Formats: sequence, structure tokens, C-alpha cells
Amino acid sequence: MYRYDEFDAAFVKERTEQFRYQVERRLKGELTEDQFKPLRLMNGLYLQLHAYMLRIAVPYGTLSAKQLRMLAHIARTYDKGYGHFTTRQNIQFNWPKLKDVPDILADLATVEMHALQTSGNCIRNVTADQFAGATAEEIEDPRPLAEIIRQWSSLHPEFVFLARKFKIAVGATPHDRAALKYHDMAVEIVKNEAGETGYRVLAGGGMGRTPYIAHMMREFVKREDILAYLEAVLRVYNQDSRRDNIHKQRIKILINTIGPEEMRQRVLREFEEIRAAGTLQLPAEELARIAAYFAPPAFETLDDHSPEFEAALQDDDFADWTASNVHRHRAPGYAIATISLKPVGGVPGDCSHVQLDALADLMDRFGMTEIRVSHEQNLVLPHVRKKDLPAVFARLRELGLATANAGLVTDVICCPGLDYCDLANARSIPVAQKIAERFADLDRQHDIGELKIKISGCINACGHHHAGHIGILGVDKKGVEFYQLLLGGSGAEDASIGQIMGPGFGEHEIVDAVERVIDTYLKLRTNGERFLDTYRRVGMEPFKNMAYQEQLYAAH
Amino acid sequence: MPLIKAGTAAADPYAAVADEAPLPEGPTVVSLTRFRKDRDTLLARNTPLGVRLKSDESPEALGEDVARLSLIVLEFPKFRDGRAFSWARMLRTRLRFTGEIRATGDFLYDQLSYMTRVGFDAFEVPETITPELYRRALGEMSNVYQPSADGRKTIRELRAGK
Amino acid sequence: MLTANRLRDGDVVYWRAGNWVETFGEGDILAGKPEAEAALEAAHKFVADNVVVNPYLFEVQADGTPVKEREIIRAAGPTVRHDLGKQAHGLTPDGVLRAAAARDVVVVPDRSKERDDDVSV
Ligand code: SF4
Repeated sequence: MYRYDEFDAAFVKERTEQFRYQVERRLKGELTEDQFKPLRLMNGLYLQLHAYMLRIAVPYGTLSAKQLRMLAHIARTYDKGYGHFTTRQNIQFNWPKLKDVPDILADLATVEMHALQTSGNCIRNVTADQFAGATAEEIEDPRPLAEIIRQWSSLHPEFVFLARKFKIAVGATPHDRAALKYHDMAVEIVKNEAGETGYRVLAGGGMGRTPYIAHMMREFVKREDILAYLEAVLRVYNQDSRRDNIHKQRIKILINTIGPEEMRQRVLREFEEIRAAGTLQLPAEELARIAAYFAPPAFETLDDHSPEFEAALQDDDFADWTASNVHRHRAPGYAIATISLKPVGGVPGDCSHVQLDALADLMDRFGMTEIRVSHEQNLVLPHVRKKDLPAVFARLRELGLATANAGLVTDVICCPGLDYCDLANARSIPVAQKIAERFADLDRQHDIGELKIKISGCINACGHHHAGHIGILGVDKKGVEFYQLLLGGSGAEDASIGQIMGPGFGEHEIVDAVERVIDTYLKLRTNGERFLDTYRRVGMEPFKNMAYQEQLYAAH
Repeated sequence: MPLIKAGTAAADPYAAVADEAPLPEGPTVVSLTRFRKDRDTLLARNTPLGVRLKSDESPEALGEDVARLSLIVLEFPKFRDGRAFSWARMLRTRLRFTGEIRATGDFLYDQLSYMTRVGFDAFEVPETITPELYRRALGEMSNVYQPSADGRKTIRELRAGK
Repeated sequence: MLTANRLRDGDVVYWRAGNWVETFGEGDILAGKPEAEAALEAAHKFVADNVVVNPYLFEVQADGTPVKEREIIRAAGPTVRHDLGKQAHGLTPDGVLRAAAARDVVVVPDRSKERDDDVSV
């Protein structure tokens, strides 16, 4: 993985001191809250329902054991013993004190981490496929480019006071695990007809109150031109976006107002000028230098059949876990293992300091150098020897981290909602928990198959409800929680925006409604159809008819 | 308001003129509206001329006339409105403007280094921002990752020993 | 009632007799509109002095529990982690805890009240 050199290290250290000075001035009253707010947000610091919340960047979702231990230390020392992994591959702490935040950042800097640009109207922490470097499907590891983007976007002088936030993701596989089409801008690593590797750039995707699927900006950008192209898009956005209505200031609104063709023309003009100036051209040596940091570990030459692994499959629990949580690796004899942070009864995405430390120990014990965070709020061990899987599973089980539900109905994406979030309309975690309880039976889950439920506590859509096969949106009715159901969304390569089914459901009705929808699917599905496929074939009606059965309306 | 120019306190030779007011002698700064209206008269005067742009007015609106101006003032109506960062950069790198680019309006100490990077060289500051503080702001971050209008070496260039 | 967050540590605080307390149960119930507005006015001095941020008024019912779920949760802590927040330190009155446990109201559904997506993840 990437290692800071002296320049990166000095940068993060100085940045910590810069923020310390901002906090000092705020506490002394030299900055008002209005002035301080954008500055603290640019450093991932929110004021939430109960306390401050600090969001720490996990660039492209990659962490080392040492970094996990530091996160555990922060959870113990400055917070309340746990952290929460988010849909943007970051980790949040829910109870830090403002006066402690500079010290937290100083601790983070010692392990090459920071909280820079995890919020605010700037280019946010860049995300990537959690299977990067481990999956056989990819053209190349997307993380070197993501790291180059991270550096380019860090305190970019022109783009730290944008009209709104700007999120970038990088992908390199036909199967999209990074929700590329829902980003402000996305880079897909592709090959052109001549067989050269380059980048396809999309822009204008987003969730929130007006969800859009991203438009194609340019089919093929040459490697050396990529930063010039990204800068061109940002420049047009910064110059031309509205600033008079906060709900209309994302790039998706600009592109859909002027039209994608006009946007492409405006970008092209900037692009050609930047390219001609030459200062942002990316030399092949620089790309190679960064890529070298991401070289895969030296894989042992192993037979793809592991007797230890196959013997362990006799154990039903292990077999279940393997079926849902273990994925094919590019190297024979290796596997990718997803660690579910969605145990029945738990809070989706939460991880305790004990678990963080224990995972670091597990990594050391099995010689693993990296762990990943997924946008689905799980962790991933990208390179596990198949023969080690039974022992890894056993240890994860002791830690309460071996739930066999990755990609299944109880692997719910869920934002913090009204339990923590200042903007929430309704709680989302209890809904996720009730769904997990209702469908706890693993056989049932495996029978239902791939089903992505995504829950947001308000229209801001941090829980990606538009992109859920089943989406749930919390709304507020005179101070009481209500939930709308959306069907047919997808955040993958076949991206689509979920449709609202109709009137919402009360807190005690929503799980029944979800169950009816799923039962309807089970009745209607044909061989091999996922929930999403069935929905796309039969449409909303049959689901709607079942979900709004009379007893649900009895109270109205 | 005190003026900081090239890092030190400076006197402001320019007189700001309202759109309907008569033109005074000496260096003058006018709005884009006034400039458009009285362009020929203004350019014919043999004295330094500045134009003040609102945050939604692109310097490209000045066309070729940019080269005949000695000052462009960019407004920050709110410190969160970051368009002027792009306008300053555009003035320096696209329009090759070599005169003074001055910031006015609502901006913070914490933005001074970004502003300097994109091409501002003069700041109408509140009393609380002294030239010493300005220099402190510029010194907070020793190195930068991106090329910009200031021509500073980037970290990538430093790595390559260039 | 009148509430805010303390600047230094972010803790939720309530207005009581011209100052702030951490316990919901000790906060003043401001009976009339003039009284409430006077308190809010007075609270702005604490904003100017950098003691608290974002003071605002919220409604409570006759039994002293907040009308809105949001304020119940702020007064108690996360409903999914009873070991966290004010409830974990005995700072939440029983009535509010009961209210937190027993929200079960079914009313006519509504379109979403649209909010700004300023702080999304
Ligand atoms: S979706 Fe709404 S409730 Fe959920 S975290 Fe985002 S802003 Fe908060």
C-alpha cells in the first residue's frame, strides 16, 4: 500500500497544526461559528445531535494493521470505544471533544492518516473498489490513480470553496462495487480499441433530493491527461455552478441544466488549455512510482484446491460463510474474505476498539498487510490463503465478526439516522436491526439470495436508499417517524434509481411491508432471478398490491 | 480598509468611483457596468485603470481590454463563494494578466494562502489581519501538491529533484 | 424548553435560570411565548461569548416529555446504545426514557419534508 514520503508526512503534520490554530482561534472567539463551520467541516468535524463527530479519511478504503490499532487507540482514548464505518469507506467517531481533535489528528498523522476533506464543499476523500488488487476481473489496480487524485485534490487552492461537495470514485472492473454512477465524478479504467489503458470519465451522478445517474463526459482520456481532464471538469463546475440555491448547487444540477453536450464542450475547452500548459501532465514515471507501492504481496505458488479448506466445508457454518462472504481471488489458492459488520442485533458499520485491535492481530498472525473498508460498510481481507480460511473464520467468529450475510438481505446499508444525526427525520438503525432479526434465519437469507436493502434517515441519502434493490427513506410527520419504501434501485454497473412505492409506513409497519415485498418476489421469481431482476420484469404493481394489504391501513 | 500588497502594508492609490459619479483625476477603479458604458473614455485617459468584478462576472467579459487594465478587483460577497479563486487563476494563466489582482469583501485569514496561490497579490483586509499574519498564513504549509498560478514547484517536481 | 450544544465538547445543554445545565430534567420549562423568547434572547450572549452554539427552543408536552422524537433522543442518547449519552450517566428522567422506549404512533403518511443535504456522509 501507499507509504508517505517526507513530503506527504510534512504535509499532514503541517495541516494538523493549521487546524490546531483554527480550533484555538475558535475557542478564543477569534472565529465565529459561521466562519469556523466550513473550516471544521473541511476537516471532517461535524456538530451532531449529541456531540461532535469526526470523520477520518480511509483513502480508497485501504488500511494497515498499524492504522487499525491507531483507530482502536483513538476510540479508547478520545471517544467511547467504537467507530462507525461509512458508505464512503471512511470511519466516524461520534463523541470527540472539540478541544481534543487536534491531538487526535496528530496521533493519526503518525500512522499516515488524516481527516482532510472528509466533509465540506471541496473534493472529498476518493473511493475505490474494495476488491482492488485482489480480483481477477480488473484491468489494473485503481488505487494508484486514486492516490494520485488524493494528492492532487489535497488543499487544491482553486477548489476548496466549491458550490457544494464533490465526490470522486475510481473503478476498474466490469462489475461496479464502488457505485461509480452515483458520484459527482467517476473514473473507470478501460482499454481502447488499440489495447491501450486509459480512463473513461463520468460526471453528474448523485443521490440526495434529486438523484441522477452520471453522464459520460469522455470515453477515453489518455493516462498522462487524466489530471488535466479532472481539473477541467472541476473548473467548469466552480465557475458555472449556481450559488443562489443550496439545493441546486451540485454538479449534477449544472450538467442536467445545460445538458451533457454543452458540459462536454465547456470541459473540452478548459481541458485543451490545461493540457497545452503541460503543468498537470502526468509523467509515466510518476504513475509507475505510485503504482509500485500497490504491487500485490508476493503470492505463494499454491494449488487452487486446498484440502484444508475443502475439509472445513463439512462444517455448515463455515460453508454458509464461504458461500456469501468469500470471493474468488486472482491468485490460485487465495481468496477474498468479507468481514460483515452487520451482525444480527448490532449497529451496521460499527466496530469496537477490541475488534479493531483483534483484527490487526489477526492480520499479523496470517501475514496480511492490508484490510479494506467497503462502501457497504463491511471490512474485507483482500488476500487470504484458502488453507487459512477455516482458522480466520474461527477467529472472526470469536470476535462476533463472522456473520454469513455479505450481499444478502440482512447486509443492510444504513446511515446513522436520528440516533446520531442532526439532520435526520427518522431513525434508521432500529429499522435495520428489525430487518436483521426478521430474516435472521440463514437458510432463508441464502434462499432469498442477493438483495440490497439500503436505509437513509432523511432525504440526504447517506444510506443510498435510491440505489437499494429495496430502499427505505425515513421521513418526519409532526415529529413522528415514517418510512417510505423504494423498489428497483441499483448502485452497480446496471445503476438505476429506485421508485417510491406510495404512502409511507409507520415504524411498526415497515418491516412487515418489507417482508411482504420479499415474499412477493419469492412467489414471482423464475429460476436464477435476483430480486432486482424480478422487479425489473414485473414492475411495481404486484409488490405494491401485497405491501399495502388492508391490515396495514387499518389504522388510517 | 488597510491594503496588503506583495506581503506588506501599502497605500491605495486608486479612487473607487460609483457608477453615476463623475470621474476624478488619477488612478480609478470602476464596476464592469461602468466600464462597459464608458469604455472608450476610460481607456483614453492616461491614468491607471481598474475594474471591479462581482463573483458571478467572469474576467472573460473584459475581452482583449484586460491587457489595458492595471488592476482587477475581485469581490467575495461571502467567504464561502469560491468562484473568484477560478477567476484569479484564469486572469493569470489564460488571460496573462500581469497587473494587480485584488481581493475585496468577505474572506478569512484561512483563505489567504489559497488566494495567493491562484494569483491574488493584493488584499483589502480588516484591521485584524496584519502583514505579519498574512505572512504567517502563507507559511502554514511549506509545500503544495498542485501547480497553480503562483508557479510554485509542486511536491511531485520536488520529488523528481527538478 | 431551550437547548444548545456546548462549544468546547459539543455536549447537549439546557437552559436553567439564566445558565446551562446538562440534565434535561433540570432545564426550565418556559411556559409562555414571551418567556421563551426572552430566554432565547439571553442565550445569544452565551453564543457571543463562545460558550454554546446553536441555541433553539423546542416544545414539551404537559408531562414534561418533548413532543419531537429528536428531542427525546437528544435528552437520552442513541436508542440503539443505552450505554451511551445522557441516559448512561443518569442524566435522563424516567419519563423521557419511557417516552424513548415507547414511541409507537401511527398517523397519516406524508411526503418527505425536504431538507438540505449539507451534511451527508
Ligand atoms: S441520510 Fe440524513 S439522517 Fe442519514 S446520516 Fe445522512 S443526513 Fe443524517
